[in-house]
Amino acid sequence: MVSEAENSREQKTPKIPVWDLPDVPKGELPQHIQLQRTRVHCTFDAPTHTENVQYSGAYAAMGVDNSLRLGEFRKNFKVEVIKLTEDDMEFDMIGIDAAIANAFRRILIAELPTMAIEKVFVANNTSVVQDEVLAHRLGLVPLQVDPRHFNYISENDEPTEKNTIVFKLHVRCERGSPRIKVKSGDLQWLPNGSGFVRSTEKSNPDSTSKTKTYTSFSSSQDSLPEFVDKPIAPKHDDIVLSKLGPGQEIELEAHAVKGMGKTHAKWSPVATAWYRMLPEIVLLQDIEGEKAEELVKKCPVKVFDIEDFGKGQKRATVARPRSCTLCRECIRGDDWETLVAVRRVKDHFIFTIESTGALPPEVLFTEAVKILEDKCERVISELS
Amino acid sequence: MDPQPEPVSYICGDCGQDNTLKPGDVIQCRECGYRILYKKRTRRSNFPFFLS
Repeated sequence: MVSEAENSREQKTPKIPVWDLPDVPKGELPQHIQLQRTRVHCTFDAPTHTENVQYSGAYAAMGVDNSLRLGEFRKNFKVEVIKLTEDDMEFDMIGIDAAIANAFRRILIAELPTMAIEKVFVANNTSVVQDEVLAHRLGLVPLQVDPRHFNYISENDEPTEKNTIVFKLHVRCERGSPRIKVKSGDLQWLPNGSGFVRSTEKSNPDSTSKTKTYTSFSSSQDSLPEFVDKPIAPKHDDIVLSKLGPGQEIELEAHAVKGMGKTHAKWSPVATAWYRMLPEIVLLQDIEGEKAEELVKKCPVKVFDIEDFGKGQKRATVARPRSCTLCRECIRGDDWETLVAVRRVKDHFIFTIESTGALPPEVLFTEAVKILEDKCERVISELS
Repeated sequence: MDPQPEPVSYICGDCGQDNTLKPGDVIQCRECGYRILYKKRTRRSNFPFFLS
């Protein structure tokens, strides 16, 4: 037992009386302080030691340098992709400060541009959905188009093929037919721009000039190399926009422009972008027999397992710490907190990105990194 | 006074049928007898802020 305790001391919180602490600095932190520095301790009532120690001289008294060095960071920083599908991504970011992980999350949500419908020209709408409600719903439809091919449009700009995408929606439910659903798939891309003629103050039928519409495209968008084989369309064609009863009709034109999530959430390229710290669960003592069974039952996400070691002896093990949701059921009641320690690794982030479809999630993240880089460069140039 | 009052088309609130009414006509759908009729949206576009 003694030797085993010795072996697993690395993981367990040793209760060292203060007079047993070494007098001479050994160039490393005592274990309990190292644990407080690198882990969030989740106790039954509240998490403790949640702060990150930034000050380089915080542990100077113990002869430990707490400064962050670029070389050290380079050596320790790791990214491991856990899951990657068309729209979802989960990866581990190890060895990074929470502030930077959070900066990436915020940039993903609010500062990556996408295209979204911003202006809606309603020619006819006899449906029960009011114009403004319909326009709002249209705005939220995710469009499958790379925003990097487009420019921002400002208030005084003419809408051109470089900053505007035009969609037409013309649906009619004939009298005598059953109710129909208007879906995002009914949105039809107009690569040549608006088809609605803009009347001037005194429209002159004899004028030879080209009829003016609400856009001024100089060329067709579908002749551009980036859209030749990939026509622009909503990401999903089964989003219900409205329902039409017999005799009702919707005719409109929707103009999509480039924007950012901080202006309106419809431009956010992610459905969710979030992270959690890696859970770490440590059994402070051997938990055997019925107590082990009880522990396995306590956890709703099945973090623990039972290990058989001959003669019907059972011992609890931590099998799936990653799935821990921090419900703290395992440390509830009796003296469970002395048996199980629930912690979080402060510099290990499980990052999840769910794209709305404009760009794949891995591209979104690299774009976020570029934006943070730009911001840093701006600060540097401001200071120098 | 207009010599010829132009007939205006209305949409029935119940069945969606187009109804042409002249001044003095009973406000009622010819198809289903529903008494709520809606005026059609005008097609004339007028956005003075767009004009240069």
